[in-house]
Amino acid sequence: MEKDISFYERLKEKGVSRRDFMRYCTALTATMGLSVAYTPKVAEVFAAPAQRPPLIWLHFGECTGCSEALLRTQYPYIDELVLEILSVEYHETIMAAAGHQAEEQLHHAVKQYEGKFICVVEGSIATKYNGGYGKVGGRSFLEIAKEVTPKAAAVIAIGTCAAFGGIPAAAPNPGGYKGVGEALGIKTLNLPGCPPNPINLVGTVVNYLLLGKLPDLDANGRPLFAYGKTIHDQCPRRSHFENEEFVEAFGSEEAALGYCLYKMGCRGPETYNNCPVAKFNDGTSWPVEAGHPCIGCSQPNFWDRMSPFYEEM
Amino acid sequence: MGKRVVVDPITRLEGHLRIEVEIAGGKVVNAWSSGQMFRGIELILKGRDPRDAHHFVQRSCGVCTYVHAVSSVRAVDNAVGLTIPKNARIIRNLLHGAQYQHDHLVHFYHLHALDWVDILSALKADPKQTAALADNVSNAKAGGAAYYRQVQQRIQTFVDSGQLGPFSNAYWGHPAYKLPPEANLMACAHYIEALRLQARTARMHAIFGGKNPHPQSLVVGGVTCVADLTADRIAEFLYIHKETQDFIKNVYIPDILAVASYYKDWGGIGGTTNFLAYGDFPGGDAEPDSLYLPRGIIKKRDLTKIDMAHQEKVTEEVTRAWYLDGPARHPYEGETKPVEEDPQYKPDNGKYSWIKAPRYEGLPCEVGPLARVLIAYGKGHGDIKPLVDSTLQKLGVPATALFSTLGRTAARGLETVAVGDAMEGWIMELVENIKGGDKKTYEPYEMPDSAMGVGLNDVPRGALGHWIKIEGGKIGNYQYVVPSTWNFGPRDQKGQLGPVEEALIGTPVADPKQPLEVLRTVHSFDPCIACAVHVIDPDANAVYRFKVL
Repeated sequence: MEKDISFYERLKEKGVSRRDFMRYCTALTATMGLSVAYTPKVAEVFAAPAQRPPLIWLHFGECTGCSEALLRTQYPYIDELVLEILSVEYHETIMAAAGHQAEEQLHHAVKQYEGKFICVVEGSIATKYNGGYGKVGGRSFLEIAKEVTPKAAAVIAIGTCAAFGGIPAAAPNPGGYKGVGEALGIKTLNLPGCPPNPINLVGTVVNYLLLGKLPDLDANGRPLFAYGKTIHDQCPRRSHFENEEFVEAFGSEEAALGYCLYKMGCRGPETYNNCPVAKFNDGTSWPVEAGHPCIGCSQPNFWDRMSPFYEEM
Repeated sequence: MGKRVVVDPITRLEGHLRIEVEIAGGKVVNAWSSGQMFRGIELILKGRDPRDAHHFVQRSCGVCTYVHAVSSVRAVDNAVGLTIPKNARIIRNLLHGAQYQHDHLVHFYHLHALDWVDILSALKADPKQTAALADNVSNAKAGGAAYYRQVQQRIQTFVDSGQLGPFSNAYWGHPAYKLPPEANLMACAHYIEALRLQARTARMHAIFGGKNPHPQSLVVGGVTCVADLTADRIAEFLYIHKETQDFIKNVYIPDILAVASYYKDWGGIGGTTNFLAYGDFPGGDAEPDSLYLPRGIIKKRDLTKIDMAHQEKVTEEVTRAWYLDGPARHPYEGETKPVEEDPQYKPDNGKYSWIKAPRYEGLPCEVGPLARVLIAYGKGHGDIKPLVDSTLQKLGVPATALFSTLGRTAARGLETVAVGDAMEGWIMELVENIKGGDKKTYEPYEMPDSAMGVGLNDVPRGALGHWIKIEGGKIGNYQYVVPSTWNFGPRDQKGQLGPVEEALIGTPVADPKQPLEVLRTVHSFDPCIACAVHVIDPDANAVYRFKVL
């Protein structure tokens, strides 16, 4: 109880009321598809554990958009995630150390937390030419991934690149880039999206900390709590589709009225993700709300399979 | 010959960068900058629908998100020959202005600050004195002894946990850290505040762009967010903009000045010679005349003679990069032919990077905040000149101190203030326009069978150009020359160093095993290396390896 009290006091000092926090935990619990009874337990996960679970984040063939997406999480804020909830042992975008000292830190963390750390991988892995298209500290992404991932408790592929290859793997895939699972021949938990919604990473990690296991996955390795339904089935513009009220030109009266974007090339009917419900940046909006068709960014090979993006399916 | 030191990976940046320096007599005497990853987005674009290009190129980088998308749609707008509606122009400017505010804030606090701020030293600070210091230097909203005591306790708890996470194994206690404990504690508090603020700042992109990173409301011909041109959405944008601008003026700028006052020697370290800016933020249809940040070129640091910059004079060459030798070429004629052999890392006499060497009339040029601010300053810009003059006066340093690592870091802050203030005017312009009944956000067009177009912008990291050739209604050739290619490119055929290589020479290094000072200058350019290297040849059947040092 004492832990609880100080935690809520701390929240209050940060301008977050206990009620706001519980509301967030309830929403997160629902996003994860758990019953309301789990809400207090979800809250407990955030209440500063004695030893923070270690996390090692690897950057490969990526644009850092997934890391940036995680920085946008607001409940919990990223500083709480880093300082009080997890122990981010290695993350090139935010870590203070560089060069030799950074390499040393990675080796040290892998050794110290062998079998216990969560490994998050951002970016795909070049496999042509011995993996020679991408290196860190003189070693290929492939080599580093082969060394680190077998020692992790779980491997989470964040973003479409790590999950399915993503943009560098688009035709003609010059570097022979592959998703982490395919490149290494292992099973990964996939959180695709370009970028993915950070709430789905937080949900996955909380699920792991809370229940000691990863959430249930679909055939593409995606958690069902987030990727169980199509965009189309959850779309607030669905009634316009049913009523055959379509946008046929950007900037038109129909566009201003928020009609269905199907004829503008929307890939919502083929795309599994929770964007319409979770929305982005603290629920501010999502692409269809901003009047742009879904481009199908959480589906395998979407850069080739879903394009040209502005042609009707 | 001096001692050679390799720093790889350079952390706190986007992408995979390797920096090698030679140190003699406690100073850097030679430097090499090398890009270490290649994806091939330009080649992936070939044969695709020109309307789709912006989605692809935006994935060059998730840190400098939005910027490649806007240059790409501008290149296609230009090829098609259309003028976008006023609302679309303003919204594109607002999204870009929001990117300046967000990107520069994150760069200073989260990518650059730890080069100057010793977190562990903050534990020795007296919270009361920290509060007094903060009151003295800033108008920060959060403060007081209790506040700083709480931040210090939080860091203490974190350190006591024995799990230092991202702060492990860094250069804490390094003799080049000069801030007193109280200034370190103040900076730590603002590091955390800025982490939270940036999540809210990014919501500006979500309002008119659906999400951040990688907003999705740009299209060739304008923007799609016509349904968001409402009073509540605009008010929400304005509110977040004001909250961010308040922090920029009352915390970020005072912090830069406070840090700078302890590191004035860095006003004489890390400078370069030539500066290029394409300029940005069109205030009307006429470019470059209507650009808020002006276009220009400065040669040999001569602020009295600023010429107009012309994109026709840009070339890229590959003498020291891992491509087959050929003449320097303009991007419209750009070629990408990697060497058909194992590329060896040969910094001394051969090729050593995947980054090409862009030149303007054959000259290497620094691009970015310092280039833009110098050009605006030299041209007597009404908003920027007074900001620069008052900053120089507060620090008691001459204008020549601008040509430095410190000058670069200060210029970034000053232009954030200027662009942020200008944004408020653009928001009001949007409101007036909508009030007047204009809700047009999109200009229809026919895709030509063949055309050429260029999109020039000046994005947070510097001058950005996208060039497209449309053939048979598809992408025939697509080239982009990005800020980090300019700044982090290698030597050229004449042996002229790239800007970062030049800037590193003369940098003092107290301990070659802990080259903290090298990071200061490298980070001051805000490197983005996935952007800089995006070209490879799918047909070259070669095995690429690096010599591991």
